[in-house]
Order: sequence, then C-alpha cells, then structure tokens
Amino acid sequence: MKPVYFDNAATSWPKPPEMMEAMVRFNESIGANPGRSGHRLSIEAARVVYEARECAARIIGSPDPLSISFAKNATEAINCVLLGLLKAGDHVVTSGMEHNSVMRPLRFLERQGVGLSIAPCSPAGVLDPDDAMRAVKGNTKVIVVTHASNVTGTLLPLDDLARIARERGIVFVVDASQTAGSIPLDVVRTGIDVLCFTGHKSLLGPQGTGGFYIRKGLEESVSPLMRGGTGSASEFEEQPDFLPDRFESGTPNAIGLAGLAAGIRFVLGLGVEAIREKEAHLTRLFLEGMAGMPGTRLYGPQNVRQRTAVVSFNIVGMSPSEVAFELDEQFAVLSRPGLHCAPAAHRTIGTFPEGTVRFSFGYSTTEDEVRRGIEAVAHISAAYHKRTL
Amino acid sequence: MSGDKTYCVALFDSVSHVMKAEKLLKEADIPYKIIPVPRSISADCGVCVRFLPEQKETVMEALRLHIHVREIREL
Repeated sequence: MKPVYFDNAATSWPKPPEMMEAMVRFNESIGANPGRSGHRLSIEAARVVYEARECAARIIGSPDPLSISFAKNATEAINCVLLGLLKAGDHVVTSGMEHNSVMRPLRFLERQGVGLSIAPCSPAGVLDPDDAMRAVKGNTKVIVVTHASNVTGTLLPLDDLARIARERGIVFVVDASQTAGSIPLDVVRTGIDVLCFTGHKSLLGPQGTGGFYIRKGLEESVSPLMRGGTGSASEFEEQPDFLPDRFESGTPNAIGLAGLAAGIRFVLGLGVEAIREKEAHLTRLFLEGMAGMPGTRLYGPQNVRQRTAVVSFNIVGMSPSEVAFELDEQFAVLSRPGLHCAPAAHRTIGTFPEGTVRFSFGYSTTEDEVRRGIEAVAHISAAYHKRTL
Repeated sequence: MSGDKTYCVALFDSVSHVMKAEKLLKEADIPYKIIPVPRSISADCGVCVRFLPEQKETVMEALRLHIHVREIREL
C-alpha cells in the first residue's frame, strides 16, 4: 500500500527532485567552503549560498537578500533573536498557541528576570488582538507569535499585532515555520521586524536549513547567539557587527542551502497563492468530510481562510497514539499524534495532556488521499465505537 | 600575474556583500573579477572585486545605492 503522507507540518515530503539535484550538483562539482578561500570553487559555493539568500528574501517580501541570516532551523533562529533581544527587566508578550520553539526560550528568559505575558486564545486557537493589546505593558520590548498554529492551523492576526507593536515601538517577531512557502508573506507591508523560518517545511528544502529576516538597523539590538569564524574581518578577534556575518559563525550548511534555494524556486514556480488555494481546498474537503462523523471531535476554526492545511481531531475514547497507529497499520495513512511540541496550544484548545491526531497536507497532496484519510478515520471510529457499545 | 597593468579593487564587509556586488555589476554589464583580498591591503581571508581603473565611476554608480562599499583601492 502506497503511504499517504499527512505529516507535512513536521517536515514536507516528497521534496521536488530539483531540490535533490541541486544538492547532488553542489556535492559533485562545487563542494568548497563558501567565502573562506577565494578560489573559484569557494566563490561558486558563496554564489550558491547567496542565491539561497535571494530566494528566501523574495518569498517573504524582503527587498534585500542581506537581511536574511541563515540558521539550522527556525528554533535556532528564534533562540538567537529572543535570547539576543531580551534582558532582565524587559517584558515580552506571546500567544496561547505557541510551539515550544518559542515557549521554552521564553520560559528560560522568564527565569532570568524577563516578564512574560501570554495573551489567551479561544478554544479554536483564535487570538483577539485586543487581548494582545491588554497584555502589553510599559516595558514590553517584544511581541512574538507564531503565524499559524502547528496544532490547529489557526492563523494569528499579524496585521493587527504589527500595528499594536509599531504604535508602541515594540519589536514584532513572527515564527513563520508553518506558513513560509504556503501562505503569502510580506514582511515590509505587514510591518514585521523579525521573521523566523524553517527550510524543510513548505519551502521544500532539506532539514538543517532555516534562518531569519531582520529589519535593517535592528540587528544592533540583537546580541548574537554564537560567535566565531565568518571568513570576514579576520584580522579582528571580535565578532563583526554587520549582516549577515553578525549571526552566521562557522561553515554554513552550503549543500543544504543549495537544496533550499532549489526548493524555494520550485515553490515560487508553482506560486505561493496557488499552493495556498490548493491547500485551502483540501482542508475544506477534509473538514466537510469529517463534519458530523460519529464519535469524532474536530479542532480549530471552521473557516479555511482562518487556517493553514493543518487539521487536528480525536476519536472519542481512543488515545491519539492508538488512532495514529491504526491509521498507519491498516491504511498506511501517516499522521502525528500527541502534543506536537506545543503543550501551550493543547491547553488552549482543551486537549492537554492527551493531545490530538494531526493531519497536515502539502503541495502534492491529492483529493483522493484526503478522501482516503477521511474513510480511514471513519472506519477506525466505527470499529471502535461498535466494540464499545 | 597582472604585470604592469593597474587595477582597482573594491572591498566589502563580507563575501555575501561581494556576491551582491557581483550581481549588480553583472546587471550593469561591467567587467570584473572576484579575487582574494591582496595581502598588501589586508590580512583578511576574504575576497574582493577587481576592475579597471577607468571604470571606477561606473562601478561606484552601479553599487552606491545598493550596497556598502568599504573602500576602493588602486593596485
């Protein structure tokens, strides 16, 4: 049985062949350390990395490729930004739908004396901007939120939050792990100061790639997470202060970035708008197919415009891991059960500590696959409830 | 290698800046070569952009608004 891959929110699969070809090409005919040596292969490697920077900038709406600093994933980017910005005595606002990639650095900072307020969200994961505004204090330095929940797909109101931040001189940080490549983004028009992204989800790059956009000038307020060799200003023993070297120490994942550039080019070729429309259609298909299914419970907003292609559900009485196991065993439908590294979000939607079963669709998911998923859930639910009646 | 010929080099903050400069020079159709930063200029282990002295104005015009040029030196 051909597996149905519904775990794109964890990492997208399958990747476009172009991504793998770019990585093979890098390994076979470039291979050198970018910007470290000055010979032709080193320069060619630097070109590849710069192209990845151009692609990343383009897909999030930044006019300058040098506003992109690469990291190994969104988590590293978020840590770099939050730990670099916030100091004891500062205050930070976040939402009740965050992933641990945001919550754990914030809980760590809280112990260091940073004030933390969590704006509550509705059981569908929706954040009312007024609740965020009420959480803001005189010493609030940062508002940091996920663009979309990795549990329910719920989109957060970036435009409103950006306005709240801008009017008060607060730095607005967005975790776009779930949206970069699947929802149109424009950091300039929206007014986002920092946007963290991962390469291996909807940007269709390999694992081990990611980074962040930072608004020009703001980098001076962010102390780097790491310091080391950059291939630049080598006569000095202090870390360079300019972008992107300020945040990029050590040999980068050039082969991964070759793949990331190809992945983003593929996404841009399809069009982010077109991907968004396709995924919204698949999500609607799933929600309609699940609506009213006996013995099941759905989470997140009804309206597909308010969410990404991530859906969470439970079969009443069964644990999420049991359901996921049956989906895999009987139907080769691959899902992710549990807490999805987001205990805060599961508390908000009322599913802590058991969690939910999550399906996450991607650019290559088909209607037939979604139908197969619905039928599989219906079958497992019917069998379970028949047994328990 | 360069014999008696004189060249100019443009120095940048980092290799990422050199890559951006390269794109701009390509777009403006200006001949250039990326070379290691000459030891006589800096102990830096990075690269810089070499071009002909008569193109100094055109090069500056192509780069000025888009990227920070650290220095232009004649060799």
